[in-house]
Amino acid sequence: MATTYTLIDKTEVGSGGTSSITFTSIPTTYTDLLVKLSLRGNDNSRVATWINITFNGSSSNRSWKRVYGTGSAALSESDTTMRLGSVNANASTSNTFGNAELYIPNYLSSNYKSASGDGVAETNATATQLDLNANLWSNTAAINEITFAPGDGTGWLQYSSAYLYGIKNS
Amino acid sequence: MPNPTKLIINCETKEQIEVELTDEEVAQLEADRAKAEAERAEREAAEAATAEAKASAQAKLAKLGLTPEEISALY
Repeated sequence: MATTYTLIDKTEVGSGGTSSITFTSIPTTYTDLLVKLSLRGNDNSRVATWINITFNGSSSNRSWKRVYGTGSAALSESDTTMRLGSVNANASTSNTFGNAELYIPNYLSSNYKSASGDGVAETNATATQLDLNANLWSNTAAINEITFAPGDGTGWLQYSSAYLYGIKNS
Repeated sequence: MPNPTKLIINCETKEQIEVELTDEEVAQLEADRAKAEAERAEREAAEAATAEAKASAQAKLAKLGLTPEEISALY
C-alpha cells in the first residue's frame, strides 16, 4: 500500500445492526478515495448480497456493470444504479463476513466520477459469488458523502465495518 | 415499533450517530428491495434458460457422435 494512504475515518456496526453506513463531510485534501468493507447483510434467505452505493445522496445519473462468478457460472449484468458486490448475507456460513473494496479516483474532479471495485462472499459453500464492478456517476460535483446499503435484506449486521482512506498523488 | 436506523460517520467532527429512518426512507428501502428481488428473479430465469440451452446443445452434439472431450473443446 502506498505511503500516502491515510485513514480518514472508520466504523463498526453495533449490536442493533444498521440499514446503511454513510461517510459524510469527506475532506477535500486528497486525490482519490478508497473504502475497505467487511460486511454481512441480514437477509436470512441468501448467501450473498450486493452493496448499493450512493454519492452525495443522489440516486440519479448512475450506471453499473459487473462480471461475476457464482461457483457454477461466469456471468455479467448492468443497471442504472451503482453497486458493489457481493458480500455475505445471513444464509452464508455463520460468523463470516464478505470483503469488498471501492476505489474512487479524482473524487473532487469536475468531470463525471468513476468508481471500481471488487467483492466476495466468504461462505464455505458452492453457491457463492465473486464480483468485479465498474460504476459511473454522471455528475460533476465533488464527492463529499458516500453511502453503502445492502441490495437484499434490510441492513448490515453487528461487527460489519468500513474504513475510508484518502490517497494523495504526491 | 421504531423504524430501522442508519449509521452516519462525520469525517470532519469524527462523530458517529444512529439516525432513525423516516417513513419516506423506509418506503424507499422497501421499493429498492422489491426492485432488487425482481431483477434477481429475472437474472436467475435467464441463467436457468442458458444452462438448459447448453445442456440441450450438448445432448444433440453427443447424438451426432462427438465425445465429451470434443464437446468441451467447443466451449
